[in-house]
Amino acid sequence: MAAVPVACTQDRAPAPPTLAESRVRAAWLFLAPLVVLMVLVAGWPLCRTLWFSLTDADLKDLGAARFVGLDNYTGEFGVLRDPDWWRAVGNTLLFAGVSVAIETLLGLVVALVLDADFPGRSVVRAAVLVPWAIPTVVSAKMWAWMLNDQFGVINHVLMTTHLISQPLAWVADPSLALGSVIAVDVWKATPFMALLILAALQMLPTDCYEAARVDGIHPVTVFVRVTLPLIRPALMVAVIFRALDALRVFDLVYVLTSNSRDTMSMSIYARQQLVDFQQVGLGSAAATVLFGTVALCTALAITLGRVRLEGAAG
Amino acid sequence: MAEIRLRNVNKRFGGVQVINDVSLDIADGEFCVFVGPSGCGKSTLLRMVAGLEEITTGELDIGGKRVTRLPPSARGVAMVFQSYALYPHMTVYDNMAFGLQLARTGKPDIDARVRRAADILALGPLLQRLPKELSGGQRQRVAIGRAIVRSPGVFLFDEPLSNLDAALRVQTRIEIAKLHASLRASMIYVTHDQVEAMTLADRIVLLNAGEAMRRDGSIAQVGRPLDLYHRPANLFVAGFIGSPGMNVLPATLAGATPERAELVLRDGTRASARVDATTLPADATVTLGIRPEHVGLAPADGTSALAGRASHVEQLGEASYLYLETPARDGFLTVRQGGDTGVAPGDAVAVTLPEAHCHVFGPDGRAVPRHLTAGPTGRPGSAGVH
Repeated sequence: MAAVPVACTQDRAPAPPTLAESRVRAAWLFLAPLVVLMVLVAGWPLCRTLWFSLTDADLKDLGAARFVGLDNYTGEFGVLRDPDWWRAVGNTLLFAGVSVAIETLLGLVVALVLDADFPGRSVVRAAVLVPWAIPTVVSAKMWAWMLNDQFGVINHVLMTTHLISQPLAWVADPSLALGSVIAVDVWKATPFMALLILAALQMLPTDCYEAARVDGIHPVTVFVRVTLPLIRPALMVAVIFRALDALRVFDLVYVLTSNSRDTMSMSIYARQQLVDFQQVGLGSAAATVLFGTVALCTALAITLGRVRLEGAAG
Repeated sequence: MAEIRLRNVNKRFGGVQVINDVSLDIADGEFCVFVGPSGCGKSTLLRMVAGLEEITTGELDIGGKRVTRLPPSARGVAMVFQSYALYPHMTVYDNMAFGLQLARTGKPDIDARVRRAADILALGPLLQRLPKELSGGQRQRVAIGRAIVRSPGVFLFDEPLSNLDAALRVQTRIEIAKLHASLRASMIYVTHDQVEAMTLADRIVLLNAGEAMRRDGSIAQVGRPLDLYHRPANLFVAGFIGSPGMNVLPATLAGATPERAELVLRDGTRASARVDATTLPADATVTLGIRPEHVGLAPADGTSALAGRASHVEQLGEASYLYLETPARDGFLTVRQGGDTGVAPGDAVAVTLPEAHCHVFGPDGRAVPRHLTAGPTGRPGSAGVH
């Protein structure tokens, strides 16, 4: 059938689809529901946000929005000229960088411990997941109470053990607030890191480690020269996942410190412009820049990761 | 000098005994093969020598040094794993050099050792490849190379050929034999393949599994390959060594002199064997064993031969196997004939059991001492047809 010239088939009844054609058709059929869903819940809001970012839309009357070009970005009161926005960018990058770094290190340690054989390992593995399983708003509220300067258990413990002489305002003190937020995020996200890394560790060939034992290679060297290179692809994926999450952080910061400028993230800034100040255009512009930043970071991480992976293979 | 001495070595996993009372001396430079059915603990025993498994009780000396409680790295052994255990992200060169860099060996020395091992194993052109770019046989050579560069006193091989195809297995087997001849190091080699054991070993250690291991200890028999072939200590050894396996026929002892035992088979056929069965009681229930290649075809009118009927015939070209149904035993009696045979399935066939080639096993399965006129490697010639 495939060998019949096209010119001939046009005159006759259409040829039945080849196997490849019907496979492609079936694939589209299965993909269609998801594509429709994605367009509705992701594509449409994204396009609408992009459009609003180019208007002076106001929350009270979205219909009255006028096209204002790039005013919301680079105009006199544009996002990119607002020191508060740049402060939010700084906060977000600092938060993402520090928290992901600590989570990766701690996650690696926890994963190595959980990879070892000890009684009750499965119970511990399940228990480690608890912080990750609790909804962020709930755990953030819980931590907000624990970190409360007057009634919080943290201050109470530190006071009774005489580690501090007076209660600290963990989430209100500008020098402590971002650190507190990072600490809570580390508490929450380390299990996620640990489990992703643990999955990678369990895929490792055990015989390599026995060979290293027979050859008398120091465990630290084995870890650096064998384990780390072998789990790096999985580690990179885990870091990218967490970094993307951290860049768009909202719930944790909002519950712990509300709109405080010391901890304001890019998402919080966008929400504040859009809801509190009712400037939908400006808020949309901020959200769009945030989207662009996250997309850029993703592309960067994937490209860099691939380059380094190929470098290791070549 | 790296002789290996095991004394009353036992291994238990929890309450389960896997190695029972192994005492064994392996001489310096000897090629020793641990062979046995699956589950006999041969790999475990090797890993105990390597130090990867703890020795529950007993002592292990390597090169005159007590190493029972020493870590693997302090035992002067190198191991080649069944799955090669190559570091997937390192080149062939780095795989071989990795273990040396940490032993504070100088860089030029490392390079010289790796190049020499690569020469021995013809790995030179592959040094910059990654393991995934190699064939199975090449990976196996890298694994062997990684052992060679360390110049250990003892090489340990854990079923190194089982992941290779048949042709490559024969080739690599010969390479390992050549390697042993040139390195003169002690080698312990684990396999479940009795052909590998027979072809490679200076000495074979055949291990018992299951109930026999618990009753008689892990070692079924230790000896040179042809010792195990010609003088199997018991029915298990007789059945394990040799392929196809030895034919066993239930029999009754009719008479015994120091030179010869007279037997009556289940169907009344009389047979004799050159064994000293005088220690067994008269009328003892015994087992007659004879290898397929030793069963002879009787002339068509042979009245005193064992009668049977060919059930299948396998033509291998250089030999033929006849599978005979005979009233003297359940199942088939296997007969090996050189070249083609005119026998077709369904033909009546009478066979002879040459007395010089017959083994006799007592009621407990232990072999009765055989008389071999030309030693264990000789081919006794006389054939008594009954």
